Amino acid sequence: MDLKTKALIKSLWVFHAATSPCNNCDIEVLDLLTPRHDVERFGIILVGSVRHADVLLVTGVPNYKTAERIKKLYEQAPKPCFVVAIGNCACGRIMFQDSYNSPCPVDEIIPVHLYVPGCPPKPEAMIAGVVKLLEKLSGK
Amino acid sequence: MKLLFNYLIFPGFLFSACAGLLAGWVDRKVTARLQWRVGPPWYQNFADVVKLFAKETILPEGAKATFLMSPYLGLLSASLVAMILGLSLQSATGFGGDLIVVLYLLVVPAIALIVGAASSGNPLASVGASREMKLVLGYELPFILAIICIIIKSGGSIALSSILNAQHIAGSYIASWSGVLAFIACILCMQAKLCLVPFDMSEAEQEIMGGALIEYSGLPLAIFKLTKAVLLYTVPLFLVVLFLGKDTSPIFLILKYIGILVVIILIKNTNPRLRIDQALRFFWGPVTVLALIAVVLALLGL
Repeated sequence: MDLKTKALIKSLWVFHAATSPCNNCDIEVLDLLTPRHDVERFGIILVGSVRHADVLLVTGVPNYKTAERIKKLYEQAPKPCFVVAIGNCACGRIMFQDSYNSPCPVDEIIPVHLYVPGCPPKPEAMIAGVVKLLEKLSGK
Repeated sequence: MKLLFNYLIFPGFLFSACAGLLAGWVDRKVTARLQWRVGPPWYQNFADVVKLFAKETILPEGAKATFLMSPYLGLLSASLVAMILGLSLQSATGFGGDLIVVLYLLVVPAIALIVGAASSGNPLASVGASREMKLVLGYELPFILAIICIIIKSGGSIALSSILNAQHIAGSYIASWSGVLAFIACILCMQAKLCLVPFDMSEAEQEIMGGALIEYSGLPLAIFKLTKAVLLYTVPLFLVVLFLGKDTSPIFLILKYIGILVVIILIKNTNPRLRIDQALRFFWGPVTVLALIAVVLALLGL
């Protein structure tokens, strides 16, 4: 593993992109930053600008408006940028798949590197998912 | 050759950047412990910077050439300050008027941030740039007044080495009424100079999404982070030279530096972010009055 990857897996900066979720997943995502779970000990922080991001955290079912936005956001992020789909909606849009305003799931718009299912997924599940992503990155 | 070594390695860029990144880790760790979290490991800031070096650099549409040049401008001048301060502490070498040069060079990183943000073409970045500009206008007045107080106390000398010499003989300037008042004013100005809470409105993450730095990615962002780290080392050291210069053996220097760092972290963790108008009123009101009283007391010889 070279220095580049080593530094990357120690410092993932996360940009939270909400594509019309019900905010349940978002609350669970914010749980990760609280003292109980504290992901800053792994170097993970939330950043305000997508230009600083290493990870795009997508929640919710994209509708016609947010589908364009999430594509733009992914193009604006500096590469390497990883996409994490949080929750059943972002993973496969469960009960919204026949909905009139939902064109496609997230992974048909942008490449998704990690799926964390659950409605909402527990913070522990998200940490387990991130650990899997890091293992994949470090080539284990 | 020696000068180049001094600039790039020992008191200059490399040493000050490493010290500043470590100090930044202390800040993050203490903040985390105050919030009952564990906090990042010691190499966190190094990992951040190395990662940013390897990331893609995105040039936003409509950005000017100054967008990529201004981060280097800030880093170069901040490392120059680190070198001048380090040399004056290490071997008492310097030149007449290096205090004034340091004062000017310490403003350059803020100007670099303003220029970079203004040339990125992002509306939120321009909001950040305008806030940073107002903040510079705000804190420079009391900062310079406090330093005039020091100049008066050292008998009109504007060379760092002679200020240090005067303190070696007569004791640190903080051990007098005017020194204490000027030191308090300087601490508050330093908080704004380092862009830390409560004066970080130019980079408010929750509000204007990184503000001045919003369009920066990859290498230029890493350079800005390094500039910040160098400043976190340099500005407290500058205060040590001006106010606490009695004993400058390495161990005492480190202890004094850590003392000032603790004050910075305490202010950072006990205050919410101010609005820009509140900050401006604060600096031109109470802090300027404090610095003025210090100047008057220094003129009276207290």
